[in-house]
Amino acid sequence: MVGLFPNIAFFLILVATGGFVVFLIKQQQKIFQWSYIILLIAFVFHTLALVHQYLLWGAAPAISLKSTLSFFAWCIIGAYLVFQYKFKLMVLGSFIAPLAAVLMIISSAIPKMDLAVRTVLKSTWLTVHIGTIFIGDAMFAIAFAAAIMYLIQERQIKRKTHGSFYKRLPSLETLDSINHYSLIYGFPFLTVGMITGAIYAQYILGSYWRWDPKEIWSLITWLSYAVLLHERLAVGWRGRRAAVISIACFVILIFTFIGGSMWLSDYHSFKALGGHAGL
Amino acid sequence: MMKIVNIGMNHESAPIELRECLARDKDNIDRALASMRESQWIHEGLFLSTCNRIEAIYTTESAVEAEKWAIGLFSRLSHLPEEQFTPNLYIHEDIEAIRHVFRVASSLDSMIVGEPQILGQIKEAYHKAVAKEKTSGVIINRLMHRAFHVAKRIRTETRIAEAAVSISYAAVELAKKIFYELNDKKVLLIGAGEMAELAARHLLNHGIESFVVANRSFEKAVQIAETFHGKAVFLEEIEALLLEVDIIISSTASTEYVIHYEQVKQCLRKRRNRPLFFIDIAVPRDVDPRVNELGNVYLYDIDDLKGIIEVNTTLRKQESIKAERIITEEVIRFKRWLETLDIVPTIISLKDKVEAIRKAEVKKSLSGLRGLTPSQEKAMESLTVSLAEKIIHDPILVLKERAGRSSKDAYLDIVKKLFKLDDVVDERISNGS
Repeated sequence: MVGLFPNIAFFLILVATGGFVVFLIKQQQKIFQWSYIILLIAFVFHTLALVHQYLLWGAAPAISLKSTLSFFAWCIIGAYLVFQYKFKLMVLGSFIAPLAAVLMIISSAIPKMDLAVRTVLKSTWLTVHIGTIFIGDAMFAIAFAAAIMYLIQERQIKRKTHGSFYKRLPSLETLDSINHYSLIYGFPFLTVGMITGAIYAQYILGSYWRWDPKEIWSLITWLSYAVLLHERLAVGWRGRRAAVISIACFVILIFTFIGGSMWLSDYHSFKALGGHAGL
Repeated sequence: MMKIVNIGMNHESAPIELRECLARDKDNIDRALASMRESQWIHEGLFLSTCNRIEAIYTTESAVEAEKWAIGLFSRLSHLPEEQFTPNLYIHEDIEAIRHVFRVASSLDSMIVGEPQILGQIKEAYHKAVAKEKTSGVIINRLMHRAFHVAKRIRTETRIAEAAVSISYAAVELAKKIFYELNDKKVLLIGAGEMAELAARHLLNHGIESFVVANRSFEKAVQIAETFHGKAVFLEEIEALLLEVDIIISSTASTEYVIHYEQVKQCLRKRRNRPLFFIDIAVPRDVDPRVNELGNVYLYDIDDLKGIIEVNTTLRKQESIKAERIITEEVIRFKRWLETLDIVPTIISLKDKVEAIRKAEVKKSLSGLRGLTPSQEKAMESLTVSLAEKIIHDPILVLKERAGRSSKDAYLDIVKKLFKLDDVVDERISNGS
């Protein structure tokens, strides 16, 4: 029964995503409400599935690409639910849900394999490291989505060509503050994630910092977000410039995630983690 | 021959400096009406003065003299020599004058087609003409009432009026797409114009509470500020205010930019890049168009606003054709009514003559027929009345039918001759027909 939970979650996420896309076009509140409820149910199943996985492995459910993508999708949906609760911005779902759905589709396309979980991975430090990093990443994904929405809306207002998105997207100030808050909330998580990662490394590898490519790229990502946040808070950057930079930061983040996990890294790669040809 | 004449200037024919000269004194309307009353050339008259137009509407039999008088009046009101403004005057006569009045009342001749204030202003002008100086008469009364009717028809039967409302509505919608909430935002009104006030009123209705008004005439600024519960400032204070306000609605008559690129650029950092939204309703423009290139600054001028509501241009074209059709329809109706004015004296004298004959004959018969009961007398009375009415019913109908046709004069002539009305009629329609 529990084995079906990931499939149920996956299916419901796809349905909810479809609903959000239809909502974007039709703009009917009912469609949104249904999609939202379905996404909520999907999130519950997804959570149960991840908890089950965690209990099964005794390690964070992010040690293979398949499980990591699924976990990332879960974090993004969770972050979205929090933001939806706070901002009541229905259209955000139409941008976030497809992102989560894409991650889930890739994840489910990867064949499931039995992993022999090494004992070094069964560590609370690692769980905290992975958990906080991905919560931070999910926040940045929200910032990214808000930045994309901002640029679309800003372009329509500046160019005075009010297309179909003009009505559907919220005000620039709203989008800018979503971007702002998701950066503010996401950054501490990323920071904590990096610190716990260093502690974990010291714990099992004997050094805090090993100049691993993923570590370097993570630091670059962290510094980029630090600069963006500083400019926002201290100098008063806003709007288009902040949106563009936060998109650039997210591109670096994705590169770090994919590149670091697949090709560049030494011990951060899934190959090293699971020993199954990177999967 | 009685003529309806309309002489004046509007936003298209004259620059604002000139219009201002004429609209400077508040009691100009009263003076104009008093002067109309005294003039021997003017039968009936009306004087309209708004910030976009100054017009005299009158009926006269001597068009040339009346025109000279009107130009003289404009000169006295504006304290300007005649040659300084005569090129800016338009003069419409008869059908064209009627059409023009209808178009003005329906706001088709307004700077912003469909803006709702003009009708109220015309009603006020008419009210003054009726109540104060009593310069209006049969024709002007009818003309104005028809004009109100036309305006109402166009408002309900076409969607042309939506444009003006939707321009200020679009401005508010834009503000809502730029700002999260409007309640805490501050609006600066530069210059006073109908559209600017309309847009400001819309913003007021959508929660904005803080208004600042800057105007060349400080008195006017105070006056407008009062209506929005805001404060009035000098034009020189605008630059400092750019740091405080969020939405700027500009509608001055200045030929140069009131807000410059550098001014806006410099204030942005101090504002910590909080968005600035400029609504430039002025023609020529008040705000340097380049400010739209600055980050977090959004500029919409009147054409941009028109552009975003003109999603369906074919619909708008259809609506304006419809509006013109309604105008033409009503002009024709009014013209027909005017023409029946010519035949009315003949009809009246015809009725008078028949009634006189009837009365005389009844009197004669009654004196011969003594001892009739009151009911018999009454029966006789009603018999003769209906007899007389039936006899002249058809001739009157024929006359009315002929009212708008070229053969009208011939028919009038025949009726006069057949019924021998000449002496009576000539005196009654001394205006000629």
